Amino acid sequence: MAVKAAGQAASPSRSHDEPPPTPQLIQLLTPEGERAEHPDYPLDLTPDEIKALYRDLILVRRIDFEAIALQRQGELGIWASLLGQEAAQVGSGRALGPRDMAFPTYREHGVAWCRGLDPAKLLELFRGVSHGGWDPKAHNFHLYTIVIGAQTLHATGYAMGIQRDGALGEDGEAAIVYFGDGATSQGDVNEAFIWASVTNAPVVFFCQNNQWAISEPLDRQTRIPLYHRARGFGFPGIRVDGNDVFACLAVTRQAMQAAREGQGPTLIEAFTYRMGAHTTTDDPTRYRLSAELESWKLKDPIERVKQYLIRSGMAQESFFTGVSAEADEVGIRIRKACLEMPDPDPLSMFDHIYAEPSGLLEEERAQLAAYLSSFVSEEAAR
Amino acid sequence: MTSPAAGKQNAGKLTLSRALNEGLRKAMENDPKVLVMGEDVGRLGGVFRVTDGLQKDFGEDRVIDTPLAESGIVGTAIGLALRGYRPVCEIQFDGFVFPAFDQIVSQLAKMSYRSAGHVRLPVVVRIPFGGGIGAVEHHSESPEALFAHIAGLRVVACGDPADGYAMIQQAISCDDPVIFFEPKRRYWDKTDVDLAGGVAAALPIDTARTLVTGTDVTLLCYGPMVRTCVEAAVAAQEEGKSIEVIDLRSLSPLDTETIFASVRKTGRCVVVHEAAVTGGIGGEIAARVSQECFYHLEAPVLRAGGYTTPYPPSRIEDHYLPDLDRVLDVVDRAFGY
Repeated sequence: MAVKAAGQAASPSRSHDEPPPTPQLIQLLTPEGERAEHPDYPLDLTPDEIKALYRDLILVRRIDFEAIALQRQGELGIWASLLGQEAAQVGSGRALGPRDMAFPTYREHGVAWCRGLDPAKLLELFRGVSHGGWDPKAHNFHLYTIVIGAQTLHATGYAMGIQRDGALGEDGEAAIVYFGDGATSQGDVNEAFIWASVTNAPVVFFCQNNQWAISEPLDRQTRIPLYHRARGFGFPGIRVDGNDVFACLAVTRQAMQAAREGQGPTLIEAFTYRMGAHTTTDDPTRYRLSAELESWKLKDPIERVKQYLIRSGMAQESFFTGVSAEADEVGIRIRKACLEMPDPDPLSMFDHIYAEPSGLLEEERAQLAAYLSSFVSEEAAR
Repeated sequence: MTSPAAGKQNAGKLTLSRALNEGLRKAMENDPKVLVMGEDVGRLGGVFRVTDGLQKDFGEDRVIDTPLAESGIVGTAIGLALRGYRPVCEIQFDGFVFPAFDQIVSQLAKMSYRSAGHVRLPVVVRIPFGGGIGAVEHHSESPEALFAHIAGLRVVACGDPADGYAMIQQAISCDDPVIFFEPKRRYWDKTDVDLAGGVAAALPIDTARTLVTGTDVTLLCYGPMVRTCVEAAVAAQEEGKSIEVIDLRSLSPLDTETIFASVRKTGRCVVVHEAAVTGGIGGEIAARVSQECFYHLEAPVLRAGGYTTPYPPSRIEDHYLPDLDRVLDVVDRAFGY
């Protein structure tokens, strides 16, 4: 406790000779649903493109709700909700080209959706049927990584591979890696920043600063805005309104294109809020005030798009009811997929550990099989 | 790309360091996806010169002097492997692998399993290991059991230059992650290495090698203890004891077939390693031999190895490390039952 008290006693500004610069936030759509322009990030979207983004946001939130419900009903072991982070994920996810590679944490359900991964695959992991099990190459969407920040190095190494393949240029490839505010304290993330910087690797570091690392607020991780850290590593850092799908799209597009063209890494800090619990096992009422949540509800990432669509006359009521109905269908479909998911064969636990069959593992598989069959034969004997 | 020295050395003796260098060179010539990465592996050629000249011949894109961070070395190697490369990482010393332990244990070892076999990570992590070189702390350790405990990794140790030359190439062509231990105090030992011979004819990497045939006791060893145990067998012969010496080579998986066959023949088994015996490879072997060779055993399986201490200061390391006399002492005890 003494250590903690000493840490808290330190004034945040004590060691700064100059007042910290005011953080800049890139925003193209206000919480009220009004379009804002930014000279560095022009964005020209057709009504259909905007409606498609709205549909993504709604469907992703619906998938999240359905998964929470499935967990509450005992069908999933746990679920990490993305509630509040839909715009950050859909905006960045839709900024990627098909050949770009995305490296997620365990909360990137919205990015998974944009990459085309069946949400049922995500449920497999949280139900305990697999540890993921999808082919990262199928949608250029890597496996969920649960160890905090470890994937930042994988993305950086992958990006070094892009360089070696000569796949840079106007229609080149790049990697994007997702992580949270808590992860920025990890050694791996800092090592990835250094690696990407000195190798000028085509990787975009997409940090969803959702303000909370389970119970720890941002001030347990940093004394400066996270995006300012990039400067110390030698590459650009940008803070974007993480609840603004337009801004996330525009900023990520630009950073990815810079990476593809050989201009090196960018850190994007998507300033957002984890509106739900860390996971379904967490109880945020123990560590944060409901007033904070209420204030962020006013900045909801979906409502502002809806307001914009309505005010601009781009969408009518029938569009919204149509998307809502589609969301229900998706919810029903993934619920059904989840309930129909068979438990894996116990003997499958010995699969895929090595490229070739292993004598020891085959021996252990046979032992378990014999043990299991001993129960069957006892029943048969009765 | 073949080194000018290679031709001259075809028929001659090579140091282990040089043999590994030639093996790496061969692998890089054979497969453009093979990369070498680590601290000081480029211009310097590695602190043990194992990568000497490779950057000059293969370029900075394939022989990468990395930032000084071991987790980063293994973590980015994983990313490169995901992109289709076959990285060979050098960890400069055994005691420096621990910053990379998470990437090795939680990522490198488990990615194939996590992906249901969609992802293979053909990454080799080379680690000079063991003591006997008069070094400061963290430069003399034998952490192999920590890796052998982890499913998804292959763990091997080469014992002499000929094996080093073949095994490094086999490790690189293996589709599984391989933790490749090199006995650093044997880097300057020389044996004949057949550089012209293809690696296809070499003993498979997961197979143990019987170095000395004997009838009275099986002596199992690997890495730096191979030479010690062969010398012990010669000395024991003079005392009328016939020792069979087996270089395990692969610590995960263990070649239990070779081990069991030998112990069933000799009736006695002694395992020798530099690593602390507590929780070590020897304990695993003892358990398996006791289970599978129980009715053939004349004595319990005995171990000669390091004590349950941190690696001691170098002026007393000779008392920690098993040497010829310590090995023979334990062998003698195996005859006392």
